[in-house]
Amino acid sequence: MAITFTLNGGKQTVDVNPQTPLLWVLRDTLGMTGTKFGCGMALCGACTVHVNGSAVRSCITPVSGIAGKTVTSIEGLSADTTHPVQQAWIEEDVPQCGYCQSGQLMAAASLLAKTAKPTDADIDEAMRGNICRCGTYSQIRRAIHRAAEIKGAKA
Amino acid sequence: MSTTVVNPSANRRDFLRTGLGLLVGLALPESSRVLAQGRGTVPAKPNAYIHIGADDSVTFIITKAEMGQGTVTSLSQLLAEELDCDWKKVRTEFAPVDPALYGMQGVFGSQSIRTCWTPLRQAGASARAMLIDAAAQKWNVDKAQLRTDTGFVVNPASGARFRYGSLSEAASVLPVPSGVPLKDPKQFKYIGKSVKRLDTRDKVNGKAKFGLDAVVPGMVFAVLARCPVFGGKVASFDATKAKAVPGVKSVVQVPNGVAVIGENTWAAMQGRKALEVKWDEGPVASVNSAGISKMFADYVQQQPGAVAKKTGDAEHALASAAKKVDAVYEAPFQSHSPMEPMNCTAVVRADSCEIWAPTQMQAGGRNAAAQITGLKPEQVKLNTLFMGGGFGRRGGVDYISEAVEIAKTMPGTPVKLTWSREDDMQHDLYRPASYVKFSGGVDAEGWPVALTAKVACPSFFGGRPGAVDSTAVEGIHTLEYTIPNIQVDWRKADPGIPTTFWRAVGYTQNTFFAEAFIDELAAAGGKDPVELRRRMLGNSPRLRAVLDKVAEKSNWGKPPAGRHQGVALVNNIGSFTAMVAEVSVDKGKLKVHRVVCAVDCGHIVNPAIITQQIESGIVYGLSASLKGAITIDKGRVQQGNFNTYEVLRIDEMPQIDVHIVETDNHPGGVGEASVPPLAPAVANAIFAATGKRLRRLPIRPEDLA
Repeated sequence: MAITFTLNGGKQTVDVNPQTPLLWVLRDTLGMTGTKFGCGMALCGACTVHVNGSAVRSCITPVSGIAGKTVTSIEGLSADTTHPVQQAWIEEDVPQCGYCQSGQLMAAASLLAKTAKPTDADIDEAMRGNICRCGTYSQIRRAIHRAAEIKGAKA
Repeated sequence: MSTTVVNPSANRRDFLRTGLGLLVGLALPESSRVLAQGRGTVPAKPNAYIHIGADDSVTFIITKAEMGQGTVTSLSQLLAEELDCDWKKVRTEFAPVDPALYGMQGVFGSQSIRTCWTPLRQAGASARAMLIDAAAQKWNVDKAQLRTDTGFVVNPASGARFRYGSLSEAASVLPVPSGVPLKDPKQFKYIGKSVKRLDTRDKVNGKAKFGLDAVVPGMVFAVLARCPVFGGKVASFDATKAKAVPGVKSVVQVPNGVAVIGENTWAAMQGRKALEVKWDEGPVASVNSAGISKMFADYVQQQPGAVAKKTGDAEHALASAAKKVDAVYEAPFQSHSPMEPMNCTAVVRADSCEIWAPTQMQAGGRNAAAQITGLKPEQVKLNTLFMGGGFGRRGGVDYISEAVEIAKTMPGTPVKLTWSREDDMQHDLYRPASYVKFSGGVDAEGWPVALTAKVACPSFFGGRPGAVDSTAVEGIHTLEYTIPNIQVDWRKADPGIPTTFWRAVGYTQNTFFAEAFIDELAAAGGKDPVELRRRMLGNSPRLRAVLDKVAEKSNWGKPPAGRHQGVALVNNIGSFTAMVAEVSVDKGKLKVHRVVCAVDCGHIVNPAIITQQIESGIVYGLSASLKGAITIDKGRVQQGNFNTYEVLRIDEMPQIDVHIVETDNHPGGVGEASVPPLAPAVANAIFAATGKRLRRLPIRPEDLA
């Protein structure tokens, strides 16, 4: 069944089983591999993307549910790696292995879109769904605070 | 296109066609050769690490793999330092797998910096010398007059400058000099500095390619149904329902199970759910965790064990000690659970095989594919991709073997095999469960005089019958304390659960056992835990120095109100690490507030990466100490995903303070330095808080109540 949605600013039409999670449509059907598979049960956050501006776990989101909606994946967060969270992640040199970081960045960008100056408690609440086995949590926290500054300065 | 490569041997010229510019080849690193010797003879051919383009681009060939430990960046620092190139021009590529050229290609044991420290600096220094030689010829001056300055050869007398890129072609036909002096560490401008990681940008915009991100034209997607019981086999299967699932293309049996191939991974997963398999579960089906624990206890009770260390006469000294302490400690199986589940993409053709894999063991993966396909290793091309974590798991090559087995059934079609999280957790090669019975004695003044440790656990590191697997006892038999009478012995106990290296290996359980028990001896003798350790470290100045540092930085003995401290030490992977954990226990609820760590890893290459690795090990240790355990019932792993095998999350992070104690020693490793002392530091702090001894991991609420 053909399903059409907006992905990173462009129209996409895919012809797949409508039950297929968005994650696998992005990765396997469209070859957009920036969004990662970690658990398949919305437990780790590696697959986080934005749907109509909100962070969702693409591993449990059937593609049928996003027909007509707007999806942003890590590849579309900015055209040139200049989104405030990307800049802050680079400044703080956050990633180690890097596998979870697409999801961390998308979750952090969503947090900042709603809360301009998040507190540590806000960060805990928004980010506790994203696991990092390399343990970059303190760098992530610093980078989110830094991204808020960058975003504030741009505004 | 003119292409040139220089042979390291002045009297044997060997041109490899790899691209325009200078490519410096050098003798195989000695350490790599030593490591590789167990796996066949390594001919002394040149290898190549540096390519300088006419456009001044500098490409470093990285022979190791990257799983977050920072090798891409820190190895580049070694090369760039001696080459004296412009860091902004540095790019990296992963080397092809070729043990004849590059020696042992693998990342394990926190070895990369330790083994590359000298050879990569020599490679950089030789290339720099050749660029100077080329400039001297062009200017017709004595090379002794020339200097380099960040990507230029300069003539201080005339002020003339040549870009490296303008010299690379001329330099490439010159002989590679040997014995070029290396820089005095006082002159380092990249080594010892927190230069930014080279791979960060691609890891924040989705461009970095991990194993699971391999995209090969015409690729199909596979998952594999494996017997849930270790060692079990397929008895029979019916693929009718699986094949009826939309998107499923085929179903094939391979040695490890039944593969379902689909047009995408999810379709293959749905097909696997519908697949009907009867398993021949085999003898492990009767194994469970309680039985494994009893097996270990029985072995310790009944078997004398192979002796790993014997100093003095421990049994006699125990009998005459003023005070004696006995304790049993246990640690469970642990899963590695890297964020990227196991996976591999492979295509098999009549005369070749190509693999895309996230692996810690590139050569091992290539060799496994050669064995399965009957091809020669050199007919197998293994592409090294980023690993989404490794922690020792990716030292195994089972996922590569499985992908090649499936690809072999459909020649010419690339197959991407993906493990689900459940596959990854239930078919891991685990950190062994382990059991130890300690006895210790202190004299009338309260100082330890005797220690015995009777260990029982599985073995994965081979060895002759009767010999000791060092990974089973390391962390106990390696203690540097001056206790006059020590005996450590080990019984191999194999319940049939597959095991392998897990970040910091035997030290992960044994340092918990040993450093918690040393604390018991301190309490028995009425000694302060830091003072007791300090007094017993007369023969280990580096451990004593990090102990002193961590005691100072943690304000040992004066924790904030309501908090309690515990200390632990380890000397592993050529480094020395001391840690203090600060905890509170309130109505049976444990909180780890702060962890202070001091590490001496000799010469430091990148302080920021070292600090990150130390923090990373602490978080990994916290997950294993406070959260997850792998348990067995009916021969199966009972956990399946991050809801049943929990790991530390951001809201549970303690404050972590890392202090690097730089010394003028050969670099040690850091990736595995901080995992071992975390659990005993926390357990010892809990004792300070509650008077309760935690003798099993993970720490459970009921043990605190």
